[in-house]
Amino acid sequence: MGKRLLLRGNEVIAEAAIRAGCQCYFAYPITPQAELLQHMAVNMPRLGRTFIQAESELAAINMVYGAASAGVRTMTSSSSPGISLKQEGISYLAGSNLPAVIVNIVRGGPGLGDIAPSQCDYFQATKGGGHGDYHMIVLGPSTVPEAGQLTMLAFELADQYRTPVMLLADGMLGQMMEPVELPEPIEISSLPQKEWATNGAKGRDPNIILSFDLDPEVLKQMNLILQERYRQIEAKEVRYEETATGDADIAIVAYGTVARIVKTVIKMARAEGIKLGLFRPITLWPFPSQALKKLSEKVATVLTVEMSAGQMWEDVRLAIAERAETPFYGEMGGVIPTPQRILSEVKKHAG
Amino acid sequence: MARGAVVIDRERCKGCGLCIAACPKKVLAFSSELNNSGYNVVHMEHPEDCIGCSFCALTCPDVAIEVYREEISV
Amino acid sequence: MPVDVQNMQKVFARPNSLTDAKSTYCPGCHHGILTRIIAQTIDELGIVERTIGIVPVGCAVFAYRWYRCDAIQAAHGRASAVATGVKRANPSLIVFSYQGDGDFASIGTAESIHAANRGENITVIFVNNQVYGMTGGEMAPTSLVGQKTTTTPQGRDPKLFGYPIRFSEMIAQLDAPVYVTRQALYDTKRIKEATKAIKKAFTNQVKERGYSLVEVLATCPTNWRMKPIDANKHVANVVEKTYRLGDLVNRG
Repeated sequence: MGKRLLLRGNEVIAEAAIRAGCQCYFAYPITPQAELLQHMAVNMPRLGRTFIQAESELAAINMVYGAASAGVRTMTSSSSPGISLKQEGISYLAGSNLPAVIVNIVRGGPGLGDIAPSQCDYFQATKGGGHGDYHMIVLGPSTVPEAGQLTMLAFELADQYRTPVMLLADGMLGQMMEPVELPEPIEISSLPQKEWATNGAKGRDPNIILSFDLDPEVLKQMNLILQERYRQIEAKEVRYEETATGDADIAIVAYGTVARIVKTVIKMARAEGIKLGLFRPITLWPFPSQALKKLSEKVATVLTVEMSAGQMWEDVRLAIAERAETPFYGEMGGVIPTPQRILSEVKKHAG
Repeated sequence: MARGAVVIDRERCKGCGLCIAACPKKVLAFSSELNNSGYNVVHMEHPEDCIGCSFCALTCPDVAIEVYREEISV
Repeated sequence: MPVDVQNMQKVFARPNSLTDAKSTYCPGCHHGILTRIIAQTIDELGIVERTIGIVPVGCAVFAYRWYRCDAIQAAHGRASAVATGVKRANPSLIVFSYQGDGDFASIGTAESIHAANRGENITVIFVNNQVYGMTGGEMAPTSLVGQKTTTTPQGRDPKLFGYPIRFSEMIAQLDAPVYVTRQALYDTKRIKEATKAIKKAFTNQVKERGYSLVEVLATCPTNWRMKPIDANKHVANVVEKTYRLGDLVNRG
């Protein structure tokens, strides 16, 4: 049993990245992600690794592009507006088959928004915020310990599939403290060699990292490789958690901070005789459509609850179609839904 | 004095003419030939005057010119 | 009839680090000369096995085809940031960033300045031909006052489009850069001097001295609507008046 430490989400994500062998971290200051940057500022140089506070989030994602090309594990983090600045770079990472981890500590939007927690970047993360047919694997932690575990997983999946992976947390998860047992650090030297990396053409043909070809047929082939990768990921990497859905009459679909609140609502509802369950997507892309479809065959209503105007809600409706009622309740602007408020929504639909 | 010669890669030459201007001995000129890309290929109009100074090769944007030299004991 | 060169000594050939790929540049374009100089420098320093070329968006977007070393194609304007990432990830690599004036001095302004300000131990080649070549001759921040381009058809009016930006002079104000120079390629003398400057810039990196920037005044015969030889004269007689040649910083 490792030591249990009381740590902030931002610090756990940073420390997990270090333990996952992140050798280069590039980022720009922004609340509510600042402690992540500051943790890296202290610890990366101490370990002889690279830390740069870049001149912008846009520069940072392009430094990630360079470090990833050179074959090392690399990460950047930011919050909503900063993540918008990284979209072109993320599209390039996807188009160039480059592994990288991007952390979004989501805050109220759009525009400058506020620094309170939110989930209003779901579309940007899962439907592709940049140009072109691409996806990122998007992981949605709902507790501080899980944020650490999913950060480690993000680096593994990025390398395995040669793709950018996003950790989609929020301002609450980033700044809340919880007792955590940090994952064991991996040995960087144990990581498999990346034959495709641009780390010096010694004893081999030159490697070229690029995402373009002016011949449409060639670019189509490059895209087919991406699409095949996404089919593989959809087939193998879907993750979700179901709570109290065995005998449920009504279920809530929620992820991240909201899912955590719903676990309290389940107790409150069941105390009043309402059999409520929770379906919590952990991979927001690939979205757990099949599992949700199966659940919708057992319950009459599947209520989606988000800290947004309803974005994951669209994927829920796509998965469920007419099999069950799919109402929605959301809060915007960084307002966090209370258990009581969610319960009143449940009661409206519990029939 | 050295006696030189150049070999111009016909298919790389784009007939830009920079080598013609760079040659101190006015050895080079456009030939009447076109290469496969339709460019007017340069050739040695006065090969006997070439001193192998490489000016043409230094200025060729397509690196199409190889330069040879033969030392003549004067 | 071809001259028999059998018993003659070859004194000039394509550099080894240059691939056999046919160049995509327009006839007379100085990108080609510069490419040869860089390949020749890589040969002379014996670094092809650890050199990484960062290529921009623009006419040089195909530059990864010209060199026998690893290369990375960067988003428009971001090559200096990409170069930073590569170099920091593996400082034993020799990283050069090859960027046009739109890439380096317009969209990439921030990345260009801050890579220099951090003194990244990289070599940056900044090709200034005062237009956007690949996209059809639009104005660049380096376009001259009064220069006609496809986006300044009446000629660049400073009141509307600002003045030619002397980016190397801006970089030269920073404390970190060890070598900042402006060169040209319009005649053999300039080509030889530019070759020395580029070798110095790469050598600075090999010897871990820090950031070097070589701005090269280049021609764009196609978009200037000039014959290559006249474009060369234009650089010598006109462009050079706005962009002074020579070393601006030499702490290497």
